[in-house]
Amino acid sequence: MKREFLLNGGLLILLVVIPAVAWFTDEPFLITLVTRAVIFSIAGIGLNFALGFGGLVSFGHAAFFGLGGYAMGILAYHAQTYTPMLEWPVLVEGTNSMMIIWVIAIVVSALAALAIGALSLRTTGVYFIMITLAFGQMLYYFTISWSAYGGEDGLSIYVRNGFPGLNTMDPIQFFIICYVLLLVVVYGVYRAEKSPFGLMLQAARQNEDRVQAVGQVPYRLYLTAFTISGAITGLAGALFADLNRFVSPSMLSWQTSGEIMIFVILGGVGRVFGPVAGAALFVLLEHSLGGLSEYWHIYLGAILLGVVLFARGGLFGLIAGREVAHD
Amino acid sequence: MSWILLVEQTLNGLQFGVMLFLMAAGLTLIFGVMGLINLVHGSLYMIGAFAAAAVAAATGSFLLALIASLAAAAAAGVVVETTVIRRLYDRDHLDQVLATFALILIFSEGTRWVFGSFPLFLDPPDYLSGSVSLPFGIEYSRYRLSLIVVGLAVAAGLFWMIAKTRIGIRIRAGENDREMIGALGIDISSLYTLVFALGAALAGLAGALIGAIQSVQVGMGEPVLILAFVVIVIGGIGSIKGALIGAILVGLTDTLGGFLLPKLFALFLSPSAATSVGSSLASMSIYILMAGVLLVRPKGLFGGV
Repeated sequence: MKREFLLNGGLLILLVVIPAVAWFTDEPFLITLVTRAVIFSIAGIGLNFALGFGGLVSFGHAAFFGLGGYAMGILAYHAQTYTPMLEWPVLVEGTNSMMIIWVIAIVVSALAALAIGALSLRTTGVYFIMITLAFGQMLYYFTISWSAYGGEDGLSIYVRNGFPGLNTMDPIQFFIICYVLLLVVVYGVYRAEKSPFGLMLQAARQNEDRVQAVGQVPYRLYLTAFTISGAITGLAGALFADLNRFVSPSMLSWQTSGEIMIFVILGGVGRVFGPVAGAALFVLLEHSLGGLSEYWHIYLGAILLGVVLFARGGLFGLIAGREVAHD
Repeated sequence: MSWILLVEQTLNGLQFGVMLFLMAAGLTLIFGVMGLINLVHGSLYMIGAFAAAAVAAATGSFLLALIASLAAAAAAGVVVETTVIRRLYDRDHLDQVLATFALILIFSEGTRWVFGSFPLFLDPPDYLSGSVSLPFGIEYSRYRLSLIVVGLAVAAGLFWMIAKTRIGIRIRAGENDREMIGALGIDISSLYTLVFALGAALAGLAGALIGAIQSVQVGMGEPVLILAFVVIVIGGIGSIKGALIGAILVGLTDTLGGFLLPKLFALFLSPSAATSVGSSLASMSIYILMAGVLLVRPKGLFGGV
């Protein structure tokens, strides 16, 4: 437990120290790289809420990541072109206020997760994996054919959305926003994990029958978890789109779902900080291996295969040991 | 005549469905017998297509290309099964998904490394090019018609094999009770390798046959893999009959949806709006079909067991 605590603290400090040093030495690229890791961490924490705590192996979380991205893209696009989103029955205008965009991204992806979850959770096991994958693909093809918002080419936003009192185009200031959000999400998930709901959810993962016997409905627990999970990943999607000032259907592709899953697995399933470690490791690998070879996915594949076959607890399992794992 | 177009589109849908069956049959067998969710199936499809394109370019023979696709995919299947997949049978589905996802990354980048990023081309042979005249003045591509015939023949052969041969009996026994057939003196691990290689060969064949219509390129396997997942979810995992019916349903829905939905919306929307709404909805139609089937039967059409 102590090792895990130290590792958590170390990670959070490392994620601040690197950008701070990069800021002093004037290396904005490094700050952006860490920002990327922070945003991926949030996406991974979202998936981990369903996967780690609820045991729901969703292979379609790119859908929520992408919906968050498109929520940002569409709102900012309308604000940028001064065209209303909807004129009838009520006038709806675009916005470039980050906070409003976050709220909308969270609501949209939560609603999508509620709908997809309500259908998918009728099934279990391998059916659930395939169905979440299929719903992800459905939204992916939908965005490709949605020509009003760029179709396959996606949407570009010229200026990053605004946050009161900050210049979001400055890498370090945007990093701070993302980092604070990460802290909020980590704290929220940590509290949720220890809450009656979180305990019941983990109990349902371990033994559905007993949970039912004490009067709880596993379906409702899972659906709530899936919805929260989608909402968190949607927030990460909005931030990611803002980081790149670009959103495209590739955010919803099944490879993205696989990558979000990799964040969770590399770090360690079912630990609040697992995805943070996993996302940081992923960005590190992406950067170092990507510089090494054009075909870096081969090495990523080999590492992932090694982790799955031989190091099942991920990075956390290796360092902090398995005894504190939640299974 | 619009109905001639409709018949053509129906045949296209049938052709697509039959090819999807070749993919889905392997997936559903592998899941039914070994309990494995196998994402690497799309890579085997790609390997079949690349092997066929390479052999066709070297020899000029389409038949040799098809044999090469079967052999290469089966060989890749055996190698993957004995080195990695075998370790996954006792693991949970999450581990299986991740390990086979890792294999996709390795296979895709490996193929890109060997063959480059540019698509290869595989042409149908001369004796199958052009079109044939069907009754009522319908002209249809000879190659696509051959695909329907080949696919249905493979399906019939597969049904016969599962129902009548000794191998088929073992496969069905393996689906029912793995420990029991082991106790009866059947070498489980070679049966598993055989089933995996069989599924791989079917996927490779599908890749080569489709590769002659579309281009042969890295990443061609995964969209088909995901559709094959939809097929077996609709049909019921583990059921070959479900895979056939699901595949044809999905093939027809996809093709006819893309053809009919824009026309349907044109009745009450402006032409441009009808095209965009229709094509958006058409691209989602098979998933809507899947959601509908699941609402009524969460285990798929033939997945009662």
